[in-house]
Amino acid sequence: MTLPDDRRYSREHEWIRPEDGDGVIGLTQFAVDELGDIVYVELPAIGATFTQFASFGVVESVKAVSDLFAPASGVVVAVNEELRTRPELMNSDPHDAGWICRITLAAPAELDALLEAPAYAELIGSE
Amino acid sequence: MTTADLRRTPLDAVHRALGARMVAFAGYEMPIRYTSELEEHRTVRSAVGLFDLSHMGEIGLVGPDALPLARFALVSDPGTLEPGQAQYSMLCAPDGGVIDDVIVYRTDPGYMVVCNAANRDAVVSHLAALLAGAELDVGVEDRSSQTALVAPQGPRAAELLAGLTDIDLGTIRNYRSMRGQVADVPCLVARTGYTGEDGFELFCATQDAQRLWEAVFRAGGQFGLLPCGLASRDTLRLEAGMPLYGNELGRDANPYEANLGRVVKLDKGDFVGRAALADIQRQGPRRLLVGLVMQDEGIARHGYPVVEAAGAGPSAEIGVVTSGSVSPTLGQRIAMALIRSEAAEIGRSVAVIIRDRPCRAEQVKLPFYRRPRPAEERTT
Repeated sequence: MTLPDDRRYSREHEWIRPEDGDGVIGLTQFAVDELGDIVYVELPAIGATFTQFASFGVVESVKAVSDLFAPASGVVVAVNEELRTRPELMNSDPHDAGWICRITLAAPAELDALLEAPAYAELIGSE
Repeated sequence: MTTADLRRTPLDAVHRALGARMVAFAGYEMPIRYTSELEEHRTVRSAVGLFDLSHMGEIGLVGPDALPLARFALVSDPGTLEPGQAQYSMLCAPDGGVIDDVIVYRTDPGYMVVCNAANRDAVVSHLAALLAGAELDVGVEDRSSQTALVAPQGPRAAELLAGLTDIDLGTIRNYRSMRGQVADVPCLVARTGYTGEDGFELFCATQDAQRLWEAVFRAGGQFGLLPCGLASRDTLRLEAGMPLYGNELGRDANPYEANLGRVVKLDKGDFVGRAALADIQRQGPRRLLVGLVMQDEGIARHGYPVVEAAGAGPSAEIGVVTSGSVSPTLGQRIAMALIRSEAAEIGRSVAVIIRDRPCRAEQVKLPFYRRPRPAEERTT
């Protein structure tokens, strides 16, 4: 499994990629492999605000319902509308086309509390 | 329970070599999926999937009084079974609650009861308790740990097996079985399953399981066979409207609620639970199992409350979802629910509370999916 090093990772298996002062959020390959086929994503509303590590949505696989946890605080400025009809994108391309939402970061320094790719690789290697 | 406490089936190493994701299920470590559970599901509907069901319990009833015991313990009438024939049945408690749902095979000599892995001990001790007070000459043999179960399921299962056995599979009709060799492994070959599709369940000795699995797996390549895990088994049986013990059936749910009244033979003579079941049959069950197709977004899951549809009065709880997921075949989100009988009506809308939000669903006829049958089968 190759982990992109252009982003940070949470212990709840979300990634956040900084982009022009915003952060793009998704689930990691490890997480989607654990979940199995994803069949439904409850996306946050545009304009919704959330705080770091709070639940901001739900992802459902064939067998299970899992909360999504915000890797950083912010305001939702875009969501991946394609996931409404093609949730399987989260399985096939979790680190890119399967992104979930984009937020304006309320506190960019929060990202320092997240893991870089090697540390996250170590975390999932031990799970 | 830690991993160390879990039992493993004789095919454990095979699953791991195939890259299966293993989970704890009914005291066993079982494959939940190998690659994609949706693809595994579709493969069983369109070609053939291979399941390891060695966790299931196999209990033999042997001796001159095997039939009297079976007739007294089960709600169906195994006395009607021809040699090799099988029937779906249940063991009920005196209050009519379901101890387990099973398939009983007439195996000559005796009968074989195939029960859910999680209920194996309960079934064995229930049967032993019935024997304790009775003067019956019959043995109850729990053969589960010596028996493996390999199940090729799907429209191409018969074609696949035909290349591995001398048995004329055409003579084994639905819910029939025959002893014979498959890939030189002695088996009980049964045309039963839990997928809503044509298919077979091959019971063999544990030490032969790997040889049998590998032979079927190899021969299955040209038929598009995939190994399939418990996740696809669950969506397959849900589409087929088949109950799962612990969801649709349990000690607090009776056969009539689950639309299984046809299985209960009240006129066969005395049996465990008869008086209570006769009362329920006379008065009508208080709840009924219904099929739901979601109209709003969201997936109804086991345990979610069901209420009257918005606009139909106060949103009092009328029931609970027993199973729910996506239907890969229909492309809809489906569920089964036990709801108050007076609210059960095909076409009538209800709402499922999904994360505090009422989501509309329509009641539909079960099953959600029925396999297309060739003309010659329809008469049987």
